[in-house]
Amino acid sequence: MAKIKVDGKEIEVPDHYTLLQAAEQAGAEVPRFCFHERLSIAGNCRMCLVEVKGGPPKPAASCAMGVRDLRPGPNGEAPEIFTNTPMVKKAREGVMEFLLINHPLDCPICDQGGECDLQDQAMAFGVDASRYSENKRAVEDKYIGPLVKTIMTRCIHCTRCVRFTTEVAGISELGLIGRGEDAEITTYLEQAMTSELQGNVIDLCPVGALTSKPYAFQARPWELTKTESIDVMDAVGSAIRVDTRGREVMRILPRINEAVNEEWISDKTRFIWDGLRSQRLDRPYIRRDGRLQPASWAEAFAAVKDAVAKTSGDKIGAIAGDLATVEEMYALKGLMASLGSANIDCRQDGAALDPSAGRSTYIFNPTIDGIEDADAVLIIGSNPRFEASVLNTRIRKRWRAGNLPIAVIGDVGDLRYDYEQLGAGTETLSQLADGALQFHSVLKNAQRPLIIVGQGALARTDGAAILSLAAKLAADVGAVSDEWNGFAVLHTAAARVGGLDLGFVPGEGGRDASAMMGALDVLFLLGADEFNMNMIGSAFTVYIGSHGDAGAHRADVILPGATYTEKSGTFVNTEGRVQMAHRAGFAPGEAKEDWAILRAMSEVLGAKLPFNSLPQLRDQLYAEHPHFAGIDEIAAGNAADVSALASKQGTMTKAPFASPVSDFYLTNPIARASAVMAEASALAKGGFKQAAE
Amino acid sequence: MSVRRLADASVQPASFAFSAENAIWAQHTINKYPEGRQQSAVIPLLMRAQEQDGWVTKATIEYVADMLDMPYIRVLEVATFYTQFQIKPVGTRAHIQVCGTTPCMLRGSEALMDVCRSKIHPEQGQPNEAGTMSWEEVECQGACVNAPMVIIFKDAYEDLTPERLAEIIDEFEAGNGASVPTGPQNGRVFAAPATGLTSLTDETAVLKSTRDQAAAAAKTSD
Repeated sequence: MAKIKVDGKEIEVPDHYTLLQAAEQAGAEVPRFCFHERLSIAGNCRMCLVEVKGGPPKPAASCAMGVRDLRPGPNGEAPEIFTNTPMVKKAREGVMEFLLINHPLDCPICDQGGECDLQDQAMAFGVDASRYSENKRAVEDKYIGPLVKTIMTRCIHCTRCVRFTTEVAGISELGLIGRGEDAEITTYLEQAMTSELQGNVIDLCPVGALTSKPYAFQARPWELTKTESIDVMDAVGSAIRVDTRGREVMRILPRINEAVNEEWISDKTRFIWDGLRSQRLDRPYIRRDGRLQPASWAEAFAAVKDAVAKTSGDKIGAIAGDLATVEEMYALKGLMASLGSANIDCRQDGAALDPSAGRSTYIFNPTIDGIEDADAVLIIGSNPRFEASVLNTRIRKRWRAGNLPIAVIGDVGDLRYDYEQLGAGTETLSQLADGALQFHSVLKNAQRPLIIVGQGALARTDGAAILSLAAKLAADVGAVSDEWNGFAVLHTAAARVGGLDLGFVPGEGGRDASAMMGALDVLFLLGADEFNMNMIGSAFTVYIGSHGDAGAHRADVILPGATYTEKSGTFVNTEGRVQMAHRAGFAPGEAKEDWAILRAMSEVLGAKLPFNSLPQLRDQLYAEHPHFAGIDEIAAGNAADVSALASKQGTMTKAPFASPVSDFYLTNPIARASAVMAEASALAKGGFKQAAE
Repeated sequence: MSVRRLADASVQPASFAFSAENAIWAQHTINKYPEGRQQSAVIPLLMRAQEQDGWVTKATIEYVADMLDMPYIRVLEVATFYTQFQIKPVGTRAHIQVCGTTPCMLRGSEALMDVCRSKIHPEQGQPNEAGTMSWEEVECQGACVNAPMVIIFKDAYEDLTPERLAEIIDEFEAGNGASVPTGPQNGRVFAAPATGLTSLTDETAVLKSTRDQAAAAAKTSD
C-alpha cells in the first residue's frame, strides 16, 4: 500500500495503482478517453493530465504514471497530486481544444450524440470557442464488417478498439495505420472483422467513430427506456440493458457484472434485437386441413383440450426449450403432473445430465470468476469461443496472465489462445484418465485444475459414461475438493440449469426427449426448436413459443408466447447463478407471457394450476426450491457428488466430440429470425471457406 | 506527408520471396531476438525486402508477417508509419530523394526539384512513363554542409547544381548509375571548404608527423 495525497486529501491505495485510479478513489474525477480499466495503458489522449507536487513543472498523464513512481516529500511526506489547480484546468482545456481541432461538429447527426464522452467532457472541461480557422481533416470511412459502422473523421485515435481486439478478443484485426494527423483506424485492407465480440468496440469508442450499424439513425439515447435484464443467447447469463422505445427493442447493451461478463457481451447478444420483431407468432393458430390457420385463444385451448381428452397421461409429454424461464417450466411441470404424465424433459439435445446426481454434477462449479484462479485447464468436447464467447474471454484473460497450460479434447480450431490438442474423442479421454498422457501430470501437479465438460461430450448416447469418466479424471487429479471444485459443465442453453434445478426431467417411468419421439399422442413444446421435428411422429403437437421456427412449423396448435425481453423470468446460468430478467416491453398482438398461457390452458384442461399471478407462482416455486429466491447468488453444489459420479461407468463409442454450436450466429429461434445475424453468419461462413482453401 | 495507402491492386505483384542470400540474412536477423520476440525484426526485414524489390508490396507485408508470426495489420501499421518504406512502386533504375529541409532549401533544393519535375514526373512519388525513374522530397539526410543534395539508393550526391543533377538523372536513366561518383559533385573533398582551406593552411603547424619529418631531414643534412 502506498500513501498519496489527492487535492489535499490523504488516502492509501495499492502499490500498483495509477495516479488516475488513486484520484478516483479519493473522489476526484479525472477525464479520460484512451484509458480503460480492462485494457492496457496507452497514454495517448492526454486528457487525464494532473499536477504533481514537486514533479516537473508540467502536467503529468495520470493514467500512465504509477503511485509508486512518485517520490515522497523532503521530510517523507506522502507525494501529492492535484486535479483542480489552474494548471490542470488549462492543460485540459488545451488538450480538449486540440482534440476538437479535427473533430467534426456533426453531433446533431451522430449516433453517439447524447452518450458521447467527447461531448460530455467538452462541456465539462473544454472552452466554449475554437481558435482554429483552418480546414478540418477528413478521413475516409472504412468497411470493417456488417455490425460496426465507421465514421472515421470523428476518430480521436484513442486506440481503445485496437487494444480491445488484440487483448480481450484475442485477434489482432484493427490497427492504427499511418502517423500523426494522417493516422487512421482500419482493419487489414478493410476486411470485415471476424471476432464474435467485435460489437464491444462500439461501447469502447468514446466518440461516434464506431457505432452500431443496425442501430444507425434509429433512436436517441434520451428517448429510450432502459431495462436491466439478463441475456439468454448462451448459458453465461450476461448482464444486459435492453433499450426500448414504445414496444420495440431498439438495442441491447452490456451492464457491468464482474462475476459474469465483466462489461463485454457477444455479438449475438448485442445484435439479436431485430430478430425480436420478425417471424413473431402474434396470435394462436390451429392446423386445419393440414394448414395452420389463425384462431382465437378459446378455439386453440379447445383444440388442445380435445387432443388431451382423447388420450391418457402416459401418452402426453412436454419438452422445454433453451430459452424458457424457470417460472414457465415450473408451471408446465405442474400441469404435466396434474395431467398424470411423467414425460417431461428440458434436455432437447439429449444431454446426459441428471439432477438427481446432485447440483455439482451439472453446473460450472468453479464459477466464471473462478477461472482466473485456475492454474491448468482441460476442455472436453466444448468450443467455448462459440458456446460461451464471454466466458472464453475469461479463459483468455487468465491465459494472458501467464503460466496456464490449456489442453483440449475435440476439434475446435482457433480458441483465441494457445492450447494443446490432445485428441478428438473418447479414446483420448480414456487415455488421459488412465494417466497415459503427459497432460495428466500437468493437471495432477496443478493446485486448482479446471476441467470444462461441454455439451459436445454430453449430448450423445454415451454422454453419461463420458461425464462419469470426466468426473473420475477430475477426482483423480485433485480437482474436486471442498476448497476448489474444478469440475465445470459448460452449458449452451440459458434454460438448462434452471430446468435441471427444477427437476424438469422424466419422473418415475417417464420418457426422456428421445424416448418421447413417436411414442406420444400429445406433445407440448415450450419453445423447443432444436431437434428434428420429423421424429415427433403423429403426436398432436402444441407449440408454446415466440417465433415461427421449426417447432411452430410442425405444430398442430400454436400458442404465441413472449420472448425474454417481454417477460419477467428467472434464468440460471451455467454456474448455477440465479438471475432475474425483467420485462422491457410487451409481446406483439395477442401473444401472452408463457406462464400465463399455461395457467389459462390448465383451467381449460380441468387441471387448474394453483396460482393466479406471477408473485403467487414464485411464492410456490421458492417454497419448493428455496435457492431460486437467492437472486444473483449461487447455491454451491456438493463436491462429493462429483466424486460419486466418478464411480459410474459405461461404454463409450469412438465418435469424436463435436460442438453443438455449428453456427455461432444462428443457435436459437430469435437469432434465426434476425436479418443481422443471417448476414453475419453468411459472412462468417464465407470466411471459413476462405480459410480452408 | 499525406495519407499512406498500399498501392493499387493492379500494380501489386502476386507474390514475394526473399532471395536465397536475403533469406539467410533474415533468419540471422530474427535469431538476434529472444524467443517470442521475433517481431522485433519487422523493420530490418521490411527494409531488406525494400532493398531487394525497390518497394514494399502487399505480398511483402504478408510474407514478412507470416515469417514473424505477426498479424498482417501489425506489419501494415509499421510499413505505413515510417515514410522510409516505399509502399508505392518507385523507379526501377533510380528513386531520387531530394532533401528539402532548410539548409538544402537555402542552397537551392527547389531548383533541384524543378529538374526532377521536368525530367521525371511533375508529381513526386510517381514514376516516369517508362517506370525507370521517380523522385520525392525528403527531410534532412544529414549532409547539410554539402547542401543541396540528393540520395539515390544508399548513396548521397552532394553540392549539386540543377545542371549536374540533370546529368546524373540522365546517367541513371541510361543505366550507368554506377559510373557517377558519389559525394560532392563540385570537386571538393568531402566537407572541406569548397574554396580551399582558409585556416590551418600551414601543415607544419598542424601535424606533428610533418614536424618530425622536417626535424629528421634537418638532422641528416647536418
